[in-house]
Amino acid sequence: MIYGVILAGGIGSRMGNVDKPKQFLHIGNKPIIVHTVEKFCVNSRIDHVIVLCPEQWVSYTKDLLKKHIEFTDKISIITGGQTRNETIMNAIRYIESEKGIDDSTILVTHDAVRPFVTHRIIDDNINCALDGLACDTVIPATDTIVESMDNQIISNIPDRSKYYQGQTPQSFKAKRFKELYNELSKDEKQILTDAAKVFVMKGEKVKLVDGETFNIKVTYPYDLQLAEVLLGGGKDC
Amino acid sequence: MLNTVYRLVEPRRFEANFTDIDIFSDNILVRPTHLSICNADQRYYQGKRSKEVLKQKLPMALIHEGIGKIQYDPRGEFGVGQYVVMIPNTPQEEDSIIAENYLRSSKFRASGFDGFMQDYVSMHRNRLVPLPEGINLNVAAFTELVSVSYHAINRFQRFAHSRKNEIGVWGDGNLAFITSLLIKKRYPDSKVYIFGKNDYKMKDFVFADGLYDITDLPKDLFVDHAFECVGREASGDAINQIIDHINPEGAISILGVSENPVPINTRMVLEKGLQIFGSSRSGYDDFKGTIELYKKNNEIVGYLESIIGEIIEVKSIGDMNYAFDADIRKPGGKTVMVWNK
Repeated sequence: MIYGVILAGGIGSRMGNVDKPKQFLHIGNKPIIVHTVEKFCVNSRIDHVIVLCPEQWVSYTKDLLKKHIEFTDKISIITGGQTRNETIMNAIRYIESEKGIDDSTILVTHDAVRPFVTHRIIDDNINCALDGLACDTVIPATDTIVESMDNQIISNIPDRSKYYQGQTPQSFKAKRFKELYNELSKDEKQILTDAAKVFVMKGEKVKLVDGETFNIKVTYPYDLQLAEVLLGGGKDC
Repeated sequence: MLNTVYRLVEPRRFEANFTDIDIFSDNILVRPTHLSICNADQRYYQGKRSKEVLKQKLPMALIHEGIGKIQYDPRGEFGVGQYVVMIPNTPQEEDSIIAENYLRSSKFRASGFDGFMQDYVSMHRNRLVPLPEGINLNVAAFTELVSVSYHAINRFQRFAHSRKNEIGVWGDGNLAFITSLLIKKRYPDSKVYIFGKNDYKMKDFVFADGLYDITDLPKDLFVDHAFECVGREASGDAINQIIDHINPEGAISILGVSENPVPINTRMVLEKGLQIFGSSRSGYDDFKGTIELYKKNNEIVGYLESIIGEIIEVKSIGDMNYAFDADIRKPGGKTVMVWNK
């Protein structure tokens, strides 16, 4: 089975004076998380969508998705974990308890606050994971990356052509992720930033999937304004 | 749901724009898979429409010839994954006399509103026709163009008198190829003659009964009826040549689009008692009929394969420009974009 795993763990601390987690803010006339979940619901290759959010927001998220989306039997809303990867592990535990996992259980993990993800990106992720490779959605770095070891002086300026900016989805086989994650020490787990790093740290190949510059993560108030501008006016009949 | 629409914002420049699709309306979500470039798209892409028209219509997603896979049908009438052809004409009212493609209120994809260059296309359920299993998808991509010929021939059947011994088709492009092929299948006892100017193009009309160079026509050559598939400035010359080489009371079907008015020898139209009728675009019944024709005459799909000029996978905006530029450069044939954007 192929699962869309929507990571809605953010508590909105970077969004300025807003009191709700950023996934609940509106783009157009719907909350961001609704736009994102809809993308996964309409993709016919995704069998089930699991939305993970902070415990105190589970009921709110359930009500919200019920109000906006009719695919409620295709969606489960559960509590996330303390970290991004613990949240993914919660999704795996949930699948284990509901259906069980095997080699064909694929997770397409995606930030709830990236509602502009496209059909092609999700498809490329699924194809890659089905081929047995973990994958990470990226775009080439456009700004020069500067390294500073002491936060004062530049220590290195790496060749930009070899650097990418990570987006989501990140996709992989659930069973392999669980095995590798459980092999990590507590210290190793502490330096993890995302799921792809679990595979990289354990020496497994992670394939790059082309992202899109507009597959933005709504993180700052500026992003929300940008998202509204991107939506612009429709020309539908 | 936020949907990505790849609009032409000015000649030769595509940009990703976004719309909010209501996935719980009665519409069906289709994922485009194969899109075919038409001359009408090229006129926008190359900026060949007037400045006023470009200003009024752009930004707009191009392409009105295309097929896709059903992604989501709220009623579950269409199977998920089913290949369908998308109908660009979108009527806003019903009329028991006037065909949907002639109603002035009808809207048309990539003309009045966004065409098929989108992540998903939200389609009214009566704007989709299922494709037969196993059909060549690259051919199916330009079913719209075939349905335009199909529609014109149906009208011809209504208007033209019954003596159809010799039918002439003026033009040697894609529309002429498709129209003459369908005429030959519809009227197997009629002789179908092609009147063109490019020998290398006319050689592909292997099913035709005669090929004639328009600059060197025998004076005593006459046809009972004729189809004009030339278009642009040359359509006037073609229509007047038809008038010279058609028998009295013949029917002339005009299919070529001309940006400017063209002069016609009306004296001879009157003297010969000719019927001149126009056809444009097509509607649901024409698409349905065309698909039935594909099912019954598999060799038609085989012939149509021969006019595919180039098949280009589109994964980026750069690929869109590449496909349109390649389409300009090609000597003939249809350019099909395999849509993986």
